[in-house]
Amino acid sequence: MLRYIIRRLLIGVLILVIVCALTFVFFRVLPTGNPALLRAGRDPQPKLIKEIEGVLGLNKPLIVQFWDYMKAFFLHLNLGYSYYSQESVKALITERLPATLSLTGGAAVLWVLGGLSVGIISALRRHTVVDRLSMGTALLLLSVPEFWLGFVMLLLFANDIGKLKILPGAGSYVGLTYDPWKWFTSLIMPWIVLASGGAAVYARLMRSSLSEMMREDYIRTARAKGLRERLVVRQGVRSAINPIVTLLGLEIGVLLGGAILVETVFNIPGIGVENFKAIQSSDFPVVQGTVLLASAFIIVANIVVDIAYAYLDPRVRYS
Amino acid sequence: MSAAEPLLRVEDLRVEFPSEDGVVHAVDGITYQVFAGRTLGIVGESGSGKTVSSLTALGLTRRQGARISGRILFDGKDLLTLPEDKMRAVRGNDIAMIFQDPLSSLHPLYKVGRQLTEAVRAHRDVSKAVARARAVELLGLVGIPDPARRVDQYPHEFSGGMRQRVMIAMALANEPKLLFADEPTTALDVTVQAQILALMERLQQELGMAIVMITHDLGVVAEMADDIAVMYAGRIVETASAAQLFAAPEHPYTWGLLKSIPRLDAPRDEDLVPIPGTPPSLINPPSGCHFHPRCPYSQPDHERIDPVLEPVPGEPQHHVACLLESGVRRSLWAQLREGSTPQEALAAVGAGEPAA
Repeated sequence: MLRYIIRRLLIGVLILVIVCALTFVFFRVLPTGNPALLRAGRDPQPKLIKEIEGVLGLNKPLIVQFWDYMKAFFLHLNLGYSYYSQESVKALITERLPATLSLTGGAAVLWVLGGLSVGIISALRRHTVVDRLSMGTALLLLSVPEFWLGFVMLLLFANDIGKLKILPGAGSYVGLTYDPWKWFTSLIMPWIVLASGGAAVYARLMRSSLSEMMREDYIRTARAKGLRERLVVRQGVRSAINPIVTLLGLEIGVLLGGAILVETVFNIPGIGVENFKAIQSSDFPVVQGTVLLASAFIIVANIVVDIAYAYLDPRVRYS
Repeated sequence: MSAAEPLLRVEDLRVEFPSEDGVVHAVDGITYQVFAGRTLGIVGESGSGKTVSSLTALGLTRRQGARISGRILFDGKDLLTLPEDKMRAVRGNDIAMIFQDPLSSLHPLYKVGRQLTEAVRAHRDVSKAVARARAVELLGLVGIPDPARRVDQYPHEFSGGMRQRVMIAMALANEPKLLFADEPTTALDVTVQAQILALMERLQQELGMAIVMITHDLGVVAEMADDIAVMYAGRIVETASAAQLFAAPEHPYTWGLLKSIPRLDAPRDEDLVPIPGTPPSLINPPSGCHFHPRCPYSQPDHERIDPVLEPVPGEPQHHVACLLESGVRRSLWAQLREGSTPQEALAAVGAGEPAA
């Protein structure tokens, strides 16, 4: 098991290097504009551009730039400095991470719990009004874009522009340590919006998975033992969850992608917004840093999920 | 047979499942009884209704939308009218069941011990520790070596025979009065089959429970059963004590079953005779005698007349549902027992056959 984890971590580091290299190449190949040119002001002299390129290290061959970056990252965990604010990317990320973690963490909980419970109820009440209503809602939530849903929610419930002024609107986010209650209420809408799509997918998966498991022979055995139906269902749920947990690792990426949009709509000062701004302004170190962080997140989440799977299914053993 | 009340008496049980293609008549009016401490073998091909009738006795076909009629009297109560919570208290407590495939019938993600303790705790208000001790005891009872260690293992760590022992242990958790065993040895190797049957016999003697052994294998019931009911297309076509049934079977379908299993005392070159045709549709069962399309001795009017289960002359405990005349049946079986094919038997007996 330990060997398995170490191997997975080493592969994870390799993937990070590859992601880094791809970001490097994409950024230079795609016509995002020369950062030096963008910084040089109006009608810059070619000499000035050259100078700025020299300061930013852009005049070195790409491979050398890449090597310098990797060295700084792996030896000093240094992610470089923003081309614009000169701020350390590491500091920038550290500052904005809590907001993004609050958003994505809460959404993930809502996503899994909401999706699974709706799926379970649907599976047990198949072809009833409850089932049709939940599956219809799920399909709707799957189909609408997150930013649209976000604006609709704001127009309905925000305390500034909403019809029912019951929840804090855009730009109301505060840190958890500053005011826990305000933190919580300001995140209710963003959580719902970010979780909706994933929860819908999970509800549908859980419905089909549980319906299938409830037809298994061992469920019949459980009933033949005279177990209460609640305990019988629990045995079905226990089996049905396994294939769904595997997907959780992959879904983290979807969640992080959605966070960019939701942070923008609700004006939450998180990494997603920062990444979006950095892409717009060709602020390469910031893009690189946030992409690396997201990749690391997804890689670690997948390793955790795979290890969890071995505990969830005793028949699985890694070697 | 004792004159006492039977432990279980099934009366005119009918179980139908509505389906898209029509109503499936899975069990079509069967009556049988089981006495305490005795074994009834229910024999038939797959789809003859033997499993459905036992699942119904446990109240497990209700939720599948089955239409059920008749009576299932157990200990003086009609199980069919029992509300679900009362029925749940009977399941796994007074009546238990073991199934054909022990691997798929055990939860793959729960330790064996947990699956045993939950069976105990479903009916008894005991602590986890007591239930666990009982689980270890049960594993020992069914002959699993080192039960204190095995109790913490998962089903996939057991062999097929050991898994079926676990299933039996689970069924016995609350010392039921009646055990339905649905093809308990079919998924197992032959040598393991014999061990499991021996185990069941031993436990029956120790615990005094009644067993309903459901199987397609007459060899299995020959060893275990006191009485036998042969089912075909949702009906009982012949019922007798095991001794009577093997000595003087009356129904052509029973003959077919007997001739299609190899016997050690038969000449080595004797061919096994399969029953021609396939089991009938339970949605549109054949008219008249349901067996007539596959019966080598069928007469034209057997397509119209539906036989009833009647006592065999001179054998009050032996019942058969067959339109052939009793004397003809005996002559035919006499020929078949000597190794004749159905055609030869028919030719030899043909002279004495009454006009249809």
